[in-house]
Amino acid sequence: MNAAKSFSSRLAGWLPRIVVAPSLLVVIVTVYLFILWTGVISFTSSKFVPIYDFVGLEQFVRLWATPRWHTAVANLFIFSALFLLLSTGIGLLMAILLDQNIRSEGFLRAVYLYPMALSFIVTGTAWKWILNPGLGIQKVVNEFGWTDFRFDWITDPKMAIYTVVIAGVWQSSGFAMAIFLAGLRGIDNSVIKAAQIEGASLPLIYRQIIIPMLRPAMLSVIVLLSYIAIKSFDLVLALTNGGPGSATELPSTFMFSATFRRNQMGVGAASAIMMLMTVAAIIIPYLYSELRERNNG
Amino acid sequence: MANALSQQTQIGDALSQKNRMRLGRLFIYGPLGVMAILYLMPLWVMVVTSLKPLDEIYGGSFIGLPQTVTLDAWRAAWSQACIGTECTGLKPYFVNSLLMVIPAVVLSTAIGAINGYILTKWRFPGANFVFGLLLFGCFLPYQAILIPMARTLGLLGLAGSIPGLIFVHVAYGICFTTLFFRNYFVSLPDELTKAAMVDGAGFFRIFWSVILPTSIPIIVVSCIWQFTQIWNDFLFGVSFTSGGNSPITVALNNIVNVTTGRKQYNVDMAAAMIAAIPTLLVYIVAGRYFVRGLTAGAVKG
Repeated sequence: MNAAKSFSSRLAGWLPRIVVAPSLLVVIVTVYLFILWTGVISFTSSKFVPIYDFVGLEQFVRLWATPRWHTAVANLFIFSALFLLLSTGIGLLMAILLDQNIRSEGFLRAVYLYPMALSFIVTGTAWKWILNPGLGIQKVVNEFGWTDFRFDWITDPKMAIYTVVIAGVWQSSGFAMAIFLAGLRGIDNSVIKAAQIEGASLPLIYRQIIIPMLRPAMLSVIVLLSYIAIKSFDLVLALTNGGPGSATELPSTFMFSATFRRNQMGVGAASAIMMLMTVAAIIIPYLYSELRERNNG
Repeated sequence: MANALSQQTQIGDALSQKNRMRLGRLFIYGPLGVMAILYLMPLWVMVVTSLKPLDEIYGGSFIGLPQTVTLDAWRAAWSQACIGTECTGLKPYFVNSLLMVIPAVVLSTAIGAINGYILTKWRFPGANFVFGLLLFGCFLPYQAILIPMARTLGLLGLAGSIPGLIFVHVAYGICFTTLFFRNYFVSLPDELTKAAMVDGAGFFRIFWSVILPTSIPIIVVSCIWQFTQIWNDFLFGVSFTSGGNSPITVALNNIVNVTTGRKQYNVDMAAAMIAAIPTLLVYIVAGRYFVRGLTAGAVKG
């Protein structure tokens, strides 16, 4: 009986670990083992199905010799830079304006944030229609009297990537606003009052005191938006389908079409590994600092 | 006289200050109003376009009110539009998405709740490491696991099926839900569980009757987040399903990308609205919780 009791109490001690084990196992397999698996495939000559031969860095060499991949990487830089700059700028501006004790704040906040509840496919579909030169904005402005007005970016290979930026910023700047607003609400009002008594003007207070105090929020916004930018896939697919030609290809769409459409699984895996390394370089230091500060604080 | 003059300038000062205040308010409400219009414009365009007959779309402006309101486009999008070669409308795909999203949300939230409970109230050596492992899963670019997952679903006999999609969404959803519940339970005082333990309550009993009753808000946050993410997912849907088993986002994209014949923009917009309505409804009803989910990973609690 004693033995049975000690067994059951030992079982009780292990129970939490036993309960958490299955989900840990699932995550270890589906996240970490699968990453490893993708890594292995990137070193093989796999095309339609995985083949486990070893060809070294051949697929990475091939990837970086593909003009389409160069377009994808260049687009990712253009898209992320503008997307981050505009979303952060607009989000910060809206958060500061909303923080001025205004009427109907709740309503406005809801309006700025509702795009985040939509699927990127819905956003892409809507903007594709608005940006359509034959029937959308261009036509309306033309009929209004300004007949020379041209807004055909979506069909112009040089400009199409900027339409992805427009739709992306529309969808995500409210998210930046929400995080900045939470940050602003966390700032102690007495600091601002003291500066006002000293005679500092409001713009000066914001530039010198409040915006520097938003640094943690700024970091979060930049990291999370970069992550959204790198994995952007549905938006491009719905808005431009990577086109015209391959003008709006991004690494995410490149990976998908190489793997599932062009039977270049090895190249697809190599591009996935490049994407993963980019995300890891941004996210791991961020998570590390967040966790460490949380433990200290 | 001097007194009156100074009084007058004082009044003048007060007036100009009031005007300045008004001007300042204008600079606040002006940009906010313009932004609100820009944000609402695409939704407006979707709604009015979906209510117009096709001739009016090709003849009129994309942004104006419809002259004749018709629900034909909605009817077509719901039950007649062609997805590939099947002309069934969005209805079966809407059902697919429901069949996928409900079990996936319930399972991932339940698992996240119990994980969060263990990682905060039954801490074991290495619990932080386990949390770190799960946390990185939130930021995984899913392209890095697409190929192995496609193979694994094939091996499990789940390829191209809705149960397969449920499995995928639960596996990667656990990372988010565990984060939500862990950060919420961390702020619950340990005395709560200690007292229950002294009273002889065990692991599951404490979870069920002490922890769960206090965690309604975070359960709502988790369910809304998971619902939005899974309903809106496209990458997993398009990679792991085909044909009749696709979720609604994939079917919508197929409808929109049909290239034959005269483009039916009103049907496209009605279809986009049908795909958007469930998450929009959730957002309107429980927006507060939606925002909490969004900012949960971002702002330190």
